[in-house]
Amino acid sequence: MRSMKLKTFSMGGVHPPENKLSAGREIRELSPSDVVVIPVSQHLGTPSKVIVERGDQVKVGQLIARAEGFVSTNIHASVSGKVSKVDIFPDSSGYRRLAVQIKVNGDEWVETIDRSGTLVKEISLDAEEIRKRIVEAGIVGLGGATFPTHVKLTTPRGKKAEYLIVNGVECEPYLTSDHALMMERSSALLVGIQIMMKGLGVEKAILGIESNKPDAISRMQEITRGTAISVQGLKVKYPQGGEKQLVKALLNREVPSGGLPIDVGVVVFNVGTVHAAYEAVQKNKPLIERVVTVTGKYLKQPSNFRVRIGTPVSHLIEQAGGLPEDTAKVINGGPMMGKALASLDVPVVKGTSGIVLISNEEARRKAVIQCIRCTRCVQVCPMGLEPYLMMNLAEKEMFERMETERVLDCIECGSCSYTCPSSRPLLDYIRLGKAEVAKLVRSRKAV
Amino acid sequence: MNQIIIVTIITLVGIGTAAAVILYFVAQRFKVYEDPRIDEVEEALPGANCGGCGYAGCRAFAEALVKNESWDDLYCPVGGNENMAKVAELLGKEAVEQAPQVAVVRCYGTPEFRARTNEYDGAPTCAIAHQLYAGEGGCPHGCLGLGDCVVACDFDAIHMNPATGLPEVVDDKCTACGACVEACPRDIIELRKKNKKDRKIFVCCINEEKGAVAIKNCKVACIGCSKCYDVCPYDAITMNNNLAYIDPVKCKLCRKCVVVCPTNAIHEINFPPRKTEKTEAVEEENK
Repeated sequence: MRSMKLKTFSMGGVHPPENKLSAGREIRELSPSDVVVIPVSQHLGTPSKVIVERGDQVKVGQLIARAEGFVSTNIHASVSGKVSKVDIFPDSSGYRRLAVQIKVNGDEWVETIDRSGTLVKEISLDAEEIRKRIVEAGIVGLGGATFPTHVKLTTPRGKKAEYLIVNGVECEPYLTSDHALMMERSSALLVGIQIMMKGLGVEKAILGIESNKPDAISRMQEITRGTAISVQGLKVKYPQGGEKQLVKALLNREVPSGGLPIDVGVVVFNVGTVHAAYEAVQKNKPLIERVVTVTGKYLKQPSNFRVRIGTPVSHLIEQAGGLPEDTAKVINGGPMMGKALASLDVPVVKGTSGIVLISNEEARRKAVIQCIRCTRCVQVCPMGLEPYLMMNLAEKEMFERMETERVLDCIECGSCSYTCPSSRPLLDYIRLGKAEVAKLVRSRKAV
Repeated sequence: MNQIIIVTIITLVGIGTAAAVILYFVAQRFKVYEDPRIDEVEEALPGANCGGCGYAGCRAFAEALVKNESWDDLYCPVGGNENMAKVAELLGKEAVEQAPQVAVVRCYGTPEFRARTNEYDGAPTCAIAHQLYAGEGGCPHGCLGLGDCVVACDFDAIHMNPATGLPEVVDDKCTACGACVEACPRDIIELRKKNKKDRKIFVCCINEEKGAVAIKNCKVACIGCSKCYDVCPYDAITMNNNLAYIDPVKCKLCRKCVVVCPTNAIHEINFPPRKTEKTEAVEEENK
């Protein structure tokens, strides 16, 4: 038999150890903790405006913060109980942000939410109504970037969406939440994909899944048989879950520098987002919970939890067998792109795809030495940038030059830092440069 | 043989002369007039090229000094008033006197007062750490202790104290060029008026959080209680966003605020020891 060559993106990429410890674990519903803290800025864009006050009684699914402007989202209570504080709380970085604290009392839901387990296949709403539902439900990209979904559903004038790509790649090591979702909620996902296709007005959809999840590929292939949705297995390579990389891998189209997938007629949604859209449109359920992978080499039970937004991270770790003694770092997100938490009391937010516990041995950093000009970072950069040069420029504060070197194209995947034999903190400096260049661009616009 | 040498010499001399003539005319044609005083002024300036004046080096500053009518915005903090007067004499202008300043670090979050709740092992610069997270002590305003200010200083006037993990300014060396102020991503360092004997009174905290939150992370944080504001006889203290600020110009160094501060966030430096109650009583009797 001739071995079939799997598709992947062409430029750069790395293959870190997969460590999918929680693969195959069923999604476990986690009962809410006693107190939840729901930040009002869980998305990319303007923070939402709080509309509840201290002492208010709220139900599950009740709106507690309203979107401010187009690029912003609604935020709902994930539990029922009493609003005990509207104050600043530390977020995952330790900086304080406005949040609503709710003391849990019972589990009373808003009546309009359909809590039954029946699958609603019939899509009765039209494109405009679908978009409206998604705005109301406060859905954001659940892959981690948390960009408001309704913005992506609104095709800019003069552009036309041709393909919907559903991202089931899950290229980050350790994480399995999307995998679990595809295995357990495949029929709901199918309806979700059809909803998104209707909302966008496209005829064709492709679901991309990396070949390290053969069970998910065959499950989804089976369920989408006879529809306009094709399921495509992909060669395992990080960062294939990046929008631009996925478009390149599946359609061989290249998103221009500074552009978006819509510039080449494509819109990409994560499977988690599609599932949330199904629940919002068919079940009238706002985004109040998500699947989170809690994992680590020394954790007793690496698990996939369905968690209410606002639950403290410490509660999740407790439910997965408690914090192992040998823990150096707790990472919010995957080990490649995630950030270490400054404290375990921070809440799970819409963008929390995983909690990864890193042991001392794994966390150990080698000493930073000089760049040896091996150009490995250039070879692995999926955006075709020169990370070593970017770091030098950032150190010398040559931010104008960084802009012409297209630093804003960097997707912060961390492949450069991962591969550097001198263990240079390339991405740290590139991020600094990106922030400075963004400032430059803003100040130029202001003039 | 001889002939070759003679021909070579004649040719080279010919080329040289022709080039000299061409160069002379080109130089005449494209001559750029530069005020000779600029060189003189540059010579008189300290030559540190630190950028403390706001210009790209001493040459650019010298140009501005010669060309600008008004000297209101022109001041070299490194040379100080003395140097400015010298330059003014050279140019026959009047220098604007400015009070000398010194850099002051407004954070005292030592490990003793601000317990470390986590550890940072990323790229060792404040700019990057600041972007990533609130800091090892959990105070989002406090010093990160990675020494961007030390790197920025051209005068060897600021050093990290390994015991406290905080930078310390050497007043005698500090020229108030402002490089450290610029380098600090948290705006902790401030240029304040230089007093006699390097005496200083300032609020050693910039945390604008509510008192209860601030004190949780750091025992010497300003909690915005306004006690210093109430006691100040010179209206030098302002309260803004839960934070007291002492105006260095209005402050008369009376030290009344230092005593009332419940968290010891107001520091007095280079003052003689205070009179105890006992000595005060004795003095009272003597009167």
